[in-house]
Amino acid sequence: MRLKRPSIPYIIWMAVFTFIPIALILYSAFTDSSGGFTLEPFTKAFGYFDVFLRSLWIAFISTLICLVLAYPIGYIMSRQKKSTQNILTMVIMIPMWMNFLLRIYAWITLLQSGGPIDTMLSLLGIHTTLIGNQGAVILGMVYEYLPFMVLPLYSVMAKIDNNLIEAAEDLGSNRLSVMRKVVFPLSIPGIVSGVTMVFVPSASTFLVAQYLGGVDDIMIGDVIDRIFWSDQNTGAAIALILMAAIFLFLIILNFFGDEEAIA
Amino acid sequence: MKKISKIYTALIIFFMYMPIVTLIIFSFNNGKTTVWKGFTLKWYTDLFRDSQIISSLWNTLIIALLASFIATALGTMAAIGINNFKGKKRILIQNASNVEILSPDIVTGVALMLMFTMLGVAFHFKMGFLTVLLAHITFCTPYVVLNVLPRIRHMDYSVYEAALDLGCNQWQAFRKVVIHELMPGMFSGFLMSFTFSMDDFVITYFTRGASFQTLSIQIYTMTHQRISPKINALSALMFVVVLALMIVVNLKDRKSEKQQAQRV
Repeated sequence: MRLKRPSIPYIIWMAVFTFIPIALILYSAFTDSSGGFTLEPFTKAFGYFDVFLRSLWIAFISTLICLVLAYPIGYIMSRQKKSTQNILTMVIMIPMWMNFLLRIYAWITLLQSGGPIDTMLSLLGIHTTLIGNQGAVILGMVYEYLPFMVLPLYSVMAKIDNNLIEAAEDLGSNRLSVMRKVVFPLSIPGIVSGVTMVFVPSASTFLVAQYLGGVDDIMIGDVIDRIFWSDQNTGAAIALILMAAIFLFLIILNFFGDEEAIA
Repeated sequence: MKKISKIYTALIIFFMYMPIVTLIIFSFNNGKTTVWKGFTLKWYTDLFRDSQIISSLWNTLIIALLASFIATALGTMAAIGINNFKGKKRILIQNASNVEILSPDIVTGVALMLMFTMLGVAFHFKMGFLTVLLAHITFCTPYVVLNVLPRIRHMDYSVYEAALDLGCNQWQAFRKVVIHELMPGMFSGFLMSFTFSMDDFVITYFTRGASFQTLSIQIYTMTHQRISPKINALSALMFVVVLALMIVVNLKDRKSEKQQAQRV
């Protein structure tokens, strides 16, 4: 029974379908269309530096907004009785199970000129374009990924013993210092996994910006999509840079998370 | 719940559900715009007459079922094996498995597409059903491993040995003890795989070739071309299905919880 053998098919599977493809990206990024070594894909990729920075920026802002919105709801959920917790978890999860394109599409319907929100604002005398700008893109991202922030925060905070909070209160902490000294330090693993689960997909997503943003708002995912069909080498170089940036971010984040947990 | 908590929770729920409710309302609108022109069911009948949508729904379900079954088998076996590795080797394999989870969908998609195109040129095949299935198994399996591993770690091997002593052969003991113990982890891994596969757009988009359609791809084509209220009808139906499934799963959970409580 104590065998290692059963894991062999999966190890082979990973080698073939995860690591060989990544190696191929690496290979394509350093070759030209005839297969010779070149750095040209990277020089071309550098032309999209502004898009790259903008994507990271949009992802950062969206992650921050998600965190600010999700933290209180995670905490509130974690302090309910078990049955209420289950119902609220379900309520948060259901929208996540709707197709991701349909959820963005819903915002197109809501935000378009002549749409429900626009009509309401016009009645109040506010005339503004709601769609086709960076704000709409960020709104779409927050909507898309909010549950991914709420759920890990909630599941970590649900493990915090109520007695611990009461003890802190008995020992003279006010509500703010209970949050700062008890709840926050214990919730850091939840923050780390929530930030990971929101930042990675929002930095690399495509279509959200195409649907909700303007022409100038496209993100790096959209660039990869557009370029890859015609120029695989440059596409591969951009994908490689994106992956490297995200892994770097994850390493820093985990380092930070561990550090905090010890302190 | 305190008042301010209640208000905040209600606001978040409003934010999350308002777009979906809006789509559902407009799915009954007798007009193509967001101006209300009376009640109709015509978008629903249109939807069911659309043979492309129906066939891509089948494709989506078949891919999701096959991918999550295979991923569950592959991932469970992997978890059993990984558990018997020690130290650095074990960490290496687990990290390798996490690479797939952490790398962005678009990179996975593009990378697989590169490989499938090269293989396609070499062995004369076109991307389609099979390549999508392989891609889905690839991104689902790590989640099964993640769900099953903790259950194995807490499993008591002496029960397995006891089963052997009591006359089970190895296969019976494996089935009746090991699989039985791992079932909850396998089930949640399966469920995660199924939902991720159903919901996937990006990886399918890059590995599907020219003609293979899933529901996500279909929705993409529909939203890309022009706004059609058929999408609203589709959203409404999907929402109802998801809602029903969630309620059934939740009720079942509660029932088994109660049974367990009674047994104790």
